[in-house]
Amino acid sequence: MAKSIDEYLRTQFMPHIWCPGCGHGIVLNALLRAVARLDLPKDQVCVVSGIGCASRAPGYLDFNTLHTTHGRAIAFATGIKLANPDLHVIVVTGDGDGAAIGGNHLIHAARRNMGVTTVMFNNSIYGMTNGQYSPLTPSGMFAATAPYGNVERNFDMCELVRASGANYVARATVAQARQLSTYIERAIENPGFAFVEAVGSCPTYFGRRNKLGSSLQMLETLKKNSVTAAAAAKLDPAELRGKIIIGEFYRGDAPGYIELYDGVIERAKEAAGK
Amino acid sequence: MSIRVAKTGNEAVAEGMRQINPDVVAAYPITPQTEIVQIFSSFVANGKVDTEFVTVESEHSAMSATVGASSAGARAMTATSANGLALMWEIVYIAASMRLPIVMPVVNRALSGPINIHCDHSDTMGARDAGWVQIFSENAQEAYDNLLQAVRIAEDKNVLLPVMVTMDGFIISHAMEVMHLLEDEKVRKWVGEYVPENPLLDVDNPVTVGPLDLYDWNMEHKRQQAEAMIQAKPVILEVAKDYAKLSGREYGLFEEYMLDDAEIAIVVLGSTAGTAKEVVKALRADGVKAGLLKVRVFRPFPAREIAAALGGKKAIAVMDRSDSFNAVSGPVFAEVRSAMYGVENAPKIVDYIYGIGGRDVTMDHIKSVYDDLAKIVKTGQVERALTYLGIRE
Repeated sequence: MAKSIDEYLRTQFMPHIWCPGCGHGIVLNALLRAVARLDLPKDQVCVVSGIGCASRAPGYLDFNTLHTTHGRAIAFATGIKLANPDLHVIVVTGDGDGAAIGGNHLIHAARRNMGVTTVMFNNSIYGMTNGQYSPLTPSGMFAATAPYGNVERNFDMCELVRASGANYVARATVAQARQLSTYIERAIENPGFAFVEAVGSCPTYFGRRNKLGSSLQMLETLKKNSVTAAAAAKLDPAELRGKIIIGEFYRGDAPGYIELYDGVIERAKEAAGK
Repeated sequence: MSIRVAKTGNEAVAEGMRQINPDVVAAYPITPQTEIVQIFSSFVANGKVDTEFVTVESEHSAMSATVGASSAGARAMTATSANGLALMWEIVYIAASMRLPIVMPVVNRALSGPINIHCDHSDTMGARDAGWVQIFSENAQEAYDNLLQAVRIAEDKNVLLPVMVTMDGFIISHAMEVMHLLEDEKVRKWVGEYVPENPLLDVDNPVTVGPLDLYDWNMEHKRQQAEAMIQAKPVILEVAKDYAKLSGREYGLFEEYMLDDAEIAIVVLGSTAGTAKEVVKALRADGVKAGLLKVRVFRPFPAREIAAALGGKKAIAVMDRSDSFNAVSGPVFAEVRSAMYGVENAPKIVDYIYGIGGRDVTMDHIKSVYDDLAKIVKTGQVERALTYLGIRE
């Protein structure tokens, strides 16, 4: 019998702000199930967020939580981890929060291999401010600021974070909730920087404007468009257009920043003759 | 003649931006400002303006891109609120010190934390010493009118300073009211073409913008910046006069409402002035000599003029929609009381911090302020120099 996730919720702050059919609830559920499986004591978990729909999640979570400013969650989380390396520090962020305004913090936390787990709720749009296109809005899709289609290219966040030096990089959609939860679990276990992109759906601002149907249809589409990393390796770029590659892209065991920093302390102590 | 429409403050300002037709707009979404640039982006997409619209990745970049465009010789604009303005901070100062005539609507919202999206003036009051002209609006009509005037003020050769035009978040930005727009052609002609003095794009006359400026000349340049703000005051009045010819609507540095013969008065900025005017009307009907002074231009601060207008009153209350956390008063009070120093028969003057984080301000609240002032006049005693209006404590 799996442990209930109810104890991790601040139900007194429900109902939550997310729209009916929003994928964020599935991502949050996957995160909580991962924490439940790892049986982490509530006081040993700290969830940090920035600004946006995804960043409202910590308000509903009964851990140590910190709701910060737009894009800066990872910077705050870095401070928390350094102050108390024993904490499991988890950042929940969105595509606007983490890939646009906070993109710099993300790549540098990955480069340092900072012991922080980052779950990016990617709904392809700035939901909270009514649907402007974000750096993860696919090219050609419509948004409040792209009434004739987005001309900009979108990031591949997993490639970006992998190239920046993270220890763990994975992606799943909300149509693969169990897989997503497994990835988050492995991310939390990794001592370095770990990144999970959770591709979700925003039926209100992204789906409606792009005529993607009901939230259920959007979920079906996510499922249909998902291609595993192994299968994707055998397809050419034309066949991969519009597809979402899911899977674990990297599982490394490079020492995390905390371990390296502990080494500095040891060496300094030795040098001081203590 | 002008066009009678029903618009929210955000819609009105977006229409104003369309009519101004700036060369470059760089913006990032933030509640409650988002709508302005979102509506404007549809004007761009539909070819209603000639603007290059840049959807940057943060407000720091929005102000940076605006400064870049303005340095290049473009008429450049952006818009923001609260934390967006805070993130721009570094470049907000640079825009002013580089003397770039950028115009920026700021939709007033409480600056975090705790996180709040509703109106108070902590965002723009925090930027009061950044070197920008700051103009406050009571309603959507004023936000629109102030926006158009801001372009002329900013670009005046004796000023060349950026201008913030503010309106109260949600209260003005999202509430619909009947107002008057001017015809497009009329606005374009009145605003005129921007002719920059030393643009970077004038490649035949290369210039350097923003170089290192240490102890040899920095102080002189800062003095010039201060002088520009002093010069802005007469320019603001000239522009207002000319705008009255165009629109029939008159503006000054501040508005006096039943102030002439008033014995007690409040000093207020933004939408609360509208609520307070209704209270003044009711008090007048009861024979109370109540008046109001609504500050429109906060930077440059019209100290001498306000002192002249308030001199001879018996008691004044300053309404602050933000706190300075200086353990004394809010920022508007500090300025007004400083302006009153040395005035003969200066009135008793007290401060009210109100409406923080969007806390509603009703006519009853304002009435209680006038009641307090009447009591001060009657007893000659000030019981509380600072009151947090309607606070639970």
